[in-house]
Amino acid sequence: MARKISMRQAINEALDQEMARDPSVFVMGEDIVGGAGGMGEIDAWGGVLGVTKGLNAKYPGRLLDTPLSESAYIGAAVGAAACGMRPVAELMFLDFMGVCFDQIFNQAAKFRYMFGGKAETPVVIRAMVGAGFRAAAQHSQMLTPLFVHIPGLKVVCPSNAYDAKGLLIQSIRDNDPVIFCEHKSLYGAETDVPAESYAIPFGEANVVRDGKHATIVTYGMMVQRAMDAAAALAKQGVECEVVDLRTLSPIDWDTVIDSAERTGHVVCVDEAHPRCSIAADVSAMLTQECFKALKGPIQMVTAPHTPVPFSPVLEDLYIPSADAIASAVKKSMAH
Amino acid sequence: MSDQRIVPIVMPKWGLSMKEGKVTGWLLEDGSRINPGDAILEVETDKIAGAVEAHESGVLRRRVGEPDTIYPVKSLLGVIADPSVPEEEIDRFVASYVTPSTDDDEEEQGPKYEFADTSLGQIRYAKRGSGNDTVVLIHGFGGDLDGWLFNIDALAEAATVYALDLPGHGKSAKSLADPSLATMTAALSEFMEKLGIDSAHLVGHSMGGAIAMHLASEDADKVDSLTLICPAGLGKEIGGYVDAFVAAQGRKDLKPVLEQLFADKSLVSRQLIDDVLKYKRLDGVEPLLKDLAASLFAGQTQQDQPGAKLAAGDAPPALVIWGKQDEIIPATHAGNLPGAKVVIFDDAGHMVFMEKASDVNALIKAHVAGS
Repeated sequence: MARKISMRQAINEALDQEMARDPSVFVMGEDIVGGAGGMGEIDAWGGVLGVTKGLNAKYPGRLLDTPLSESAYIGAAVGAAACGMRPVAELMFLDFMGVCFDQIFNQAAKFRYMFGGKAETPVVIRAMVGAGFRAAAQHSQMLTPLFVHIPGLKVVCPSNAYDAKGLLIQSIRDNDPVIFCEHKSLYGAETDVPAESYAIPFGEANVVRDGKHATIVTYGMMVQRAMDAAAALAKQGVECEVVDLRTLSPIDWDTVIDSAERTGHVVCVDEAHPRCSIAADVSAMLTQECFKALKGPIQMVTAPHTPVPFSPVLEDLYIPSADAIASAVKKSMAH
Repeated sequence: MSDQRIVPIVMPKWGLSMKEGKVTGWLLEDGSRINPGDAILEVETDKIAGAVEAHESGVLRRRVGEPDTIYPVKSLLGVIADPSVPEEEIDRFVASYVTPSTDDDEEEQGPKYEFADTSLGQIRYAKRGSGNDTVVLIHGFGGDLDGWLFNIDALAEAATVYALDLPGHGKSAKSLADPSLATMTAALSEFMEKLGIDSAHLVGHSMGGAIAMHLASEDADKVDSLTLICPAGLGKEIGGYVDAFVAAQGRKDLKPVLEQLFADKSLVSRQLIDDVLKYKRLDGVEPLLKDLAASLFAGQTQQDQPGAKLAAGDAPPALVIWGKQDEIIPATHAGNLPGAKVVIFDDAGHMVFMEKASDVNALIKAHVAGS
């Protein structure tokens, strides 16, 4: 039962098992094999952080190293999906998505709608998100809100290896375009993961801790920080419920509302910038749907409205901390 | 010498994943006389709550574990000793107690789980103990061998105990050509042959009870005795549990379904729901359970009646245990196996072997020893 593997291995296993199950699944991206034209061991790299390592040898011809041209290969992936394949495109850093917005926002996200439901675009775009990796302002952003804003896209951001495997398998089997966001600081984090294949449905938040005094709603790397805050608060007699959204679009409003109505105090935690963030979205919705149940103002804990600093000291300050989350809970409960 | 008269009560390890447990309360006062099998204190894990039982007799001299406090597995929770042992010696014992590392233990006990290859796919099982009698534990629909966490070690004190995951369950193979009572029974039979078990005392819960009875009616030589816990196969009626279990897609649907299993609904923890959901989401499980349910329990009617077949022939010694609050299979079926000893617990449900673990363990041990 207890087989602990890292999120990196879990993602690799999901790709492996889906490629074995379905011959229409293939993977494309920069350096996912060995680097185009690279010398020596063909499978040396497996992507910039080694996520696809070993797959090329197992599925020859089904891992395509692409040129450094996101607009070209994301467009190719979207086109292949529209023609019946199930491509998984690795875009390295979500920060680079800007050059292929048309392919994603105007093409992939719109095909089903504009072709009267006759077209499906089962493409998965995997990309790294988040800060804390000392990778500077252009490789560290949490841009999840940009994609959540677009109807027609599904957005996933797992917080652990078990969820990453099940959600990636679901993403590959899903018939709509999915933006699959992998926090680079979580690749090494290990959890119990079944060796068998399994899918976690979209739109199902995971309540990772029960509590009756306050609700912390979050996703991605912030889940662990929220858990740390909840553990610290529990010692002071404050029991927090922690909701891991897992999928940001679709989003599990029922679980969030149910928890907020029971506790009356809500803290929304997001590694994105504050304006138009997931935290702002959840706060606005809860204010509208369960205003009467709220016992204090909803608090938001987010990164500041600045680029991610390159200075390690400042970068650590930039990322919302467990202390900041705990303070926000207390602030709401002071009302 | 003196150490022999002092017996520690420690945080038990219920199941592979248990690392720590919370003391929820003591059931006995300091100075209470204790006999083996007595429930001493209650412990709660993230999966389940249960009572810690005595393995020795003596007097409860010291209660070390504080209520509402979490302790690692094997931590000292209390001390049993003879009344003649002086207080100072108990003090010294408590002060010098070192919690053994649980990792070492796992190595000593060998692998927790093993696998057997059968024509119906890989079967996972656990083996405990080394007694002359052989006991095989067979779980119910949607269950797995970890469900016996309160029973397997207690039963292994006097017997060699095997618990298996039936095909389509736990970590056994998830594909089966013809999911039916006959196939499940064939899997059990082949499993026993593979492990060189000529005959065994079968303990079956729910669907596992029907499988045990079916094997006894087909191949009586393989069955030394039967212990049937809230078994299927002794009557037609069955509640909506099976269909609802198969249909449940998320935690919200699954919780009320799992609550049907227990008289005490609070035993259905978030962790239990998560574990079941994780199992149900494995590829192949849902279609297999659907087929199995259609074969065994179509239209909320038990399709197979191995009990009637067994009653007509030469049945092995049988013990039937039921929780009166069973919401899935009515406890009134308990009287439908002529010649069987029947024990019904008032304040327990379908999972009576969890809710009344110590009593059920004692009953099974006596039944196995006397058969």
